[in-house]
Amino acid sequence: MAALPNEPPVAEAAPLLEAGGLAKHFGPVVALRSADLRVRAGEIHALMGANGAGKSTLVKILTGALTADGGTIKLGGQPRSFSNTAEARKAGLICVYQDPSLLPDLTVMQNLKLTATPIDTFRRYLDKLGLGGFDLQAMPRELARPTLSLLDLARALAIEPRLLLLDEITASLPADLTVRVFNVARQLRSEMRSVIFISHRLAEVSALCDRATVLRDGRTVGVVEPAQGAEERIVKLMLGPVAEEVTRGAAAQAAPSAHEVAVEVRDLRAGILTGVSFTLHFGEVLGVAALEGQGQQELFDCLAGVRRPESGQIVVGGKARTFRHPADAIRAGLVLIPADRIQALLRQRSVRENIALPLVNRIRRWGPISPRREKRRVESAVKRLQIDTRVQSEVRRLSGGNQQKVVVARWLAGGFKTLLCFDPTRGIDIGTKRQIYGLVKELAANGAAVLLFTSELPEIQLACSRVIVLFGGQLVEEMSAAEADEPALLRAAHGLHSVADAT
Amino acid sequence: MTSALRFAQQRSILVLVALLIALAGLIEVIRPGAVNANWVSNILEFAAPLGILAAGQTLVVITGGIDLSVANVATAAAYIMASQSPYGVTRAIVLGLLVGVAVGVVNGLGVAIFRVQPLIMTLAMGLVVTGSLNVYEQAVARGVPSVPAIVHTIGSGNVLGYVPVSLFLWGALAAALILGLRGTGLGRLLYALGDNLEATRLAGVHAWQVLLTTYMLCGLFSAVAGIVLAGTVNAADLGLANILLLPSVAAVVIGGTSIFGGSGSYSGTIVGALILTVLNSVLTLLDVPDPVKQVLYGAIIILLAAAYTRVLGHD
Amino acid sequence: MAQTAVASQPSRRAGINFGRAVRRYGWTFAVYALFVLLMIITVIIKPDYGPFEWNTLTLAALPLAFAAVAQTVVVLSGGIDLSVGPLMALANVLALRAMLGHDLRYSLGVAALVLLVVTLAGAVNGLTIVLTRVPDIVVTLATSFIWSGLALLVLAKPTPGIPFDVQNLAQGSALSPWIPNALLLLLVIPLLWVPLRRSRAGLSIYAVGSDRNAAFRSGVNLARSRIMAYAVCGFFAGCGGLALSMTTGVGSPLAGTLYTLSGVSAIVLGGVSLAGGRGGMLGPIAAAYILSLIPAVLIYLGIDPNYGQMIQGLLIVLVVMIGGLGVVLRRR
Repeated sequence: MAALPNEPPVAEAAPLLEAGGLAKHFGPVVALRSADLRVRAGEIHALMGANGAGKSTLVKILTGALTADGGTIKLGGQPRSFSNTAEARKAGLICVYQDPSLLPDLTVMQNLKLTATPIDTFRRYLDKLGLGGFDLQAMPRELARPTLSLLDLARALAIEPRLLLLDEITASLPADLTVRVFNVARQLRSEMRSVIFISHRLAEVSALCDRATVLRDGRTVGVVEPAQGAEERIVKLMLGPVAEEVTRGAAAQAAPSAHEVAVEVRDLRAGILTGVSFTLHFGEVLGVAALEGQGQQELFDCLAGVRRPESGQIVVGGKARTFRHPADAIRAGLVLIPADRIQALLRQRSVRENIALPLVNRIRRWGPISPRREKRRVESAVKRLQIDTRVQSEVRRLSGGNQQKVVVARWLAGGFKTLLCFDPTRGIDIGTKRQIYGLVKELAANGAAVLLFTSELPEIQLACSRVIVLFGGQLVEEMSAAEADEPALLRAAHGLHSVADAT
Repeated sequence: MTSALRFAQQRSILVLVALLIALAGLIEVIRPGAVNANWVSNILEFAAPLGILAAGQTLVVITGGIDLSVANVATAAAYIMASQSPYGVTRAIVLGLLVGVAVGVVNGLGVAIFRVQPLIMTLAMGLVVTGSLNVYEQAVARGVPSVPAIVHTIGSGNVLGYVPVSLFLWGALAAALILGLRGTGLGRLLYALGDNLEATRLAGVHAWQVLLTTYMLCGLFSAVAGIVLAGTVNAADLGLANILLLPSVAAVVIGGTSIFGGSGSYSGTIVGALILTVLNSVLTLLDVPDPVKQVLYGAIIILLAAAYTRVLGHD
Repeated sequence: MAQTAVASQPSRRAGINFGRAVRRYGWTFAVYALFVLLMIITVIIKPDYGPFEWNTLTLAALPLAFAAVAQTVVVLSGGIDLSVGPLMALANVLALRAMLGHDLRYSLGVAALVLLVVTLAGAVNGLTIVLTRVPDIVVTLATSFIWSGLALLVLAKPTPGIPFDVQNLAQGSALSPWIPNALLLLLVIPLLWVPLRRSRAGLSIYAVGSDRNAAFRSGVNLARSRIMAYAVCGFFAGCGGLALSMTTGVGSPLAGTLYTLSGVSAIVLGGVSLAGGRGGMLGPIAAAYILSLIPAVLIYLGIDPNYGQMIQGLLIVLVVMIGGLGVVLRRR
């Protein structure tokens, strides 16, 4: 195989896994053009790339869920090919996906039986992951998502794999559980077994991985050794020759108090949320920083009308509002951009229908549609967001980033006063991420109010002028963007008060 | 829609029409001379009730549901209309239509407000309707009532000797439905609901309003279909439309509407209904015993649906 | 999802286990309680309720119980079979045709063969669904036409002639007047289902219905599991058809017509989720008894039995609406 660019020149024994020239297409769509991957035994290897670069396809080919159209795979020097996941498992390759794979209506024990997982080994790894003594008669339907991820991981580890693939496993794990996963990965490495780690989080990759293979447009474009502070190198490889929009640093924004109050939240209680109060002004982007499950979901759901608060008030335009349905919130000017675009999009329908949806949402609007008016609104939104497609195409054919843009475009067309963005850039490539943050700031500059929650703490400073931190269902800290660097946010998000507060 | 997508959808309608013509050709081969203006008129006359029944079914299926009570409602509407007609024909027809609307409303309430699965809700309501109809027959009507003249004309009359009167009714309904689905807010919402209920909620749609309306319309169309059918066969017995349940679903599926909802059209259903009616004619001409006809009918429907699923690549 | 930063372990306190038991078995318990209540009401209405009436009830409920169980298996796998009734009719008429004029021993052999044939028919249902990728509603609606057409070909109209020995298998009471054979014959169900449910094949059926993607990722062969579910459904439908033969003594090509619907009603009443993956056999069997009890109660009350259908339908509508309401209220 030709030497890959940037590969550190180290002479080595035959790698554990050697994949060369892998190609895969689905009809006219080319998912992989020529992907190469070399993983040594006893290595934690990152696999990176923008959405649509081919990471998932590559992983599925390696673990037997898909068969490649071209290319070779060598395991321990021997050429292998897997026609199903069972064969890959037998050869010691297994993947843990982001979506829990446990069947919700079978007990954990039944799930293990179904996959012929050795129970003792499973328990041993559960211990290592901090779940010793777990009740195997529990049903996954009744368990929390992080627990399910750990169970999935333990189940994969129980077959003592040679090569463990982790596909975005940390996306739904809080920081302390992520640490446990890292420790297990390091232990595998010390046993000369290997881990392929897929993640969008550059900081994690730097902290954990020995090497990183970067994919772009279905091709391997580089292999680097991630180093702290050198993440930009990886980003450049992922983005390619496209000039990135650098919008670092908190942009100077008008002091929020100079603007009118858009929404005032008074002592809101719902689920984990126990009495949160704050004010959101027009013209500002207010960031919400929090670890998994600290009440931010409940907060956004209440503001968007998806959920009723148990007590407290939401005051819009000086009047306390009761939202029984998202339609009520929308009428008050609050619209939601959820994290999961699948939740918000009509996948079989065209871009136009998706964007124009709010224009028909009330009985008054059930009548004949005016094509010209609709076209005008839709196309202006498309242009503003630079959505990369024609309005007639089916939304499901778009990339993740473009899909998220369609969701935002919907509200540009439908009209809003306050934008509630809940982790809008989750799982989206860096280029589109920055576009969206840029747009959010522009909307605020034009007078809208924006409440933005992102799980990626380093990105808070990219878009927000002010930040509130939630922990344990309470608002524990409020800071300006300048103060909101990652260390400060992390401390606050863990409930540790800043030094200045200590009295 | 991109021109490519529209072509694909048009292409599928073309394929269906081609199939229709092929079947007609088959008849001509089996019995030369059979395919004449009279035959076409007959086909249209018998396809109309099915087409109208399948219209309601189309609406419901687009929203991701199904209505297994359409045949029972059609039968009930026809029976009540016929048995009440001695006391005033207009009143009787209105009563029949009201039966359809009432059942549709109950179905809609169950599906929209109580979140019952459409399959079980409509299946159970079908049972309620049939049971209630039996009770009604015992208590009030007794025996097979006769069909009033005006209904008979609508169902089996002809204009200029060949064009069935029911075709005008069917045509009007079809135009309203096709235009409505494509160019009204309500039409858009039907597709949206079938595609992703949660998304419509987040966009501010009160789903129950749309679903209730849909099932109500389906009930209404089923009642119309039943009354027209009574006119076509000039009888309104207790098993009148039962045989039409499978064809109403089959016409929708063959016509290209996904049973999972979110896509499709009524124009496809129309061709589907015509195909099924011609298929019936083919099987009748083959002069096979009724049970064999039934077996072949079921088998061919599966083949057609399978071919269609493959062409469109539904998951 | 309400979560804390630390992964919450399922508590091993006894309290949670009680809650879990209620969640998992509560509905089944309620259905049996409802049946007992109805029986008490029945005995109050008809004080001379004796073994004969009880036997009549078990005879009426037997085919419905099998129909419900057949449908349960398919629904657990996430599908539905709208051809259960016609499959029962097919078994019924095949049995009559072959058993006519023969003795018990021969007839038992016929019964075994009939079960085999109908099981294969069920497998054909499943195979068609898997191969053509046409949704199960459409396929089984179409195959219901096919099976009932075939039944009509085997036997054109209702014909008596099931050997008396065979009829007695169901209609008699070998053990005791209060334990009629029709009740004992229900044991066929756990005989097959209990080992199946524990095996990987049985777990696969639940898996497919619970979450198809996760099942695939867990290595379950989706196609094989679904086909097996439909085949087992065919087997129980065959049992139901034979039950019809034994309880009525008649072969009738259209006998199964109402059993599809009643079967679905019974499983909904019995607490099986139409979404798949959840539920067991106990609930539907009790529900079958409840549904069979209603016409009897109507007769004892002197009400026109024609109301029976209507009341059954209304009961189902009521039950599903209440069930649905429960889900809606919980979501708030």
